[in-house]
Amino acid sequence: METVEINLEEQFQARIDADIRIEPKDWMPDAYRKTLIRQISQHAHSELVGMLPEGNWITRAPSLKRKSILLSKVQDEAGHGLYLYSAAETLGTTRDQMLADLHSGKAKYSSIFNYPTLSWADMGCVGWLVDGAAILNQVPLCRTSYGPYARAMVRVCKEESFHQRQGFEIMQTLCAGAPVQKEMAQEALNRWWWPTLMMFGPKDADSPNTAQSMNWRIKRFTNDELRQKFVDMMVPQAEFLGLTVPDPTVKWNEERQAYDFGEVNWEEFWNVVKGNGMCNQDRLGARVKAHEEGAWVREAALAHAKKRAQKAAA
Amino acid sequence: MTQSEWPLWEVFIRSKQGLDHKHVGSLHAADATMAIQNARDVYTRRMEGVSIWVVESKHVHASNPDDAEAFFDPANDKVYRHPTFYDVPDSIKHM
Ligand SMILES: [Fe+2]
Ligand SMILES: [Fe+2]
Ligand SMILES: [Fe+2]
Repeated sequence: METVEINLEEQFQARIDADIRIEPKDWMPDAYRKTLIRQISQHAHSELVGMLPEGNWITRAPSLKRKSILLSKVQDEAGHGLYLYSAAETLGTTRDQMLADLHSGKAKYSSIFNYPTLSWADMGCVGWLVDGAAILNQVPLCRTSYGPYARAMVRVCKEESFHQRQGFEIMQTLCAGAPVQKEMAQEALNRWWWPTLMMFGPKDADSPNTAQSMNWRIKRFTNDELRQKFVDMMVPQAEFLGLTVPDPTVKWNEERQAYDFGEVNWEEFWNVVKGNGMCNQDRLGARVKAHEEGAWVREAALAHAKKRAQKAAA
Repeated sequence: MTQSEWPLWEVFIRSKQGLDHKHVGSLHAADATMAIQNARDVYTRRMEGVSIWVVESKHVHASNPDDAEAFFDPANDKVYRHPTFYDVPDSIKHM
């Protein structure tokens, strides 16, 4: 029995190493399944909760054009959540279970959404920086080893680039505006820069699961690699806007051909992860409220479908 | 507790007139009408489709991946089913 199991694991790893995708009904190690369910559902929760900070600004967008764009973007994020929940469900968990875990606080979502969106410039920073960081995380996941997850990510990535561009355009417009508008943009960048760097997760040294995930090709770059890429991408973009990233140690390193940058405040990071961020309670509260107040709609739809099916059968 | 989760549906989309419907993913909906409407909102926000099929997932039957090797074996050694198996003289055109 034991040897059969070992053999299966070896075959499984051989398929992964050959870049052959794993599909829902294929044999897979329990730990692979569990890791994927955790990662994919966490990602889905992030898309879902991620609608809240921006939803906050839909009714306050400065023009009809901006409002339509923001509405579209938030609608995309709902779609991303759905693609990802569906992918997780192919691994044997249920939508109800995942939502229950989110609502009870057992499951996590990206900490970035526990920061408040205080001004219109925050809509610029969320699109430009937060979606920008998400894209860096997500593009390699289009080649992740689990088929349904990879296919969901292809769809997500196609839609994300408009998110980042609309954010950048908001920043560009503010930076080309009156001095107070530019100040608003700088002030938003000051608040979002560090939390965005935290989106890539703890330092590699403090991320014990990275090695296994890389081995399974669930993850294709380490947290620190992606963080470095992000800084290298964003510093020139901030310069283009005439803004300064709030890190005096940022400096081009000729030898490394990359920017040096300062240390993230990890105490703050863990504190937000543990639930003590500025908006954790608000976000979760809003989620639970929406779910509970929507219960009658879900029940009514089922009752209606049942009634129609009975009528059709009669 | 009574059934609370809406059933799961598989979604197939024809991206363009003349092409096949292709599986794009799944979603939950109370009935077929809602499944088609949700599929429109989830999978065709950017004109990705001109036609949608939905099938309740429980009605999909699939071959067993564990048997794939034996199951697809009959096609494995029949190279003569492919045109490249045959040598056509250079002087022969239009074949
Ligand atoms: Fe998204
Ligand atoms: Fe995302
Ligand atoms: Fe996005």
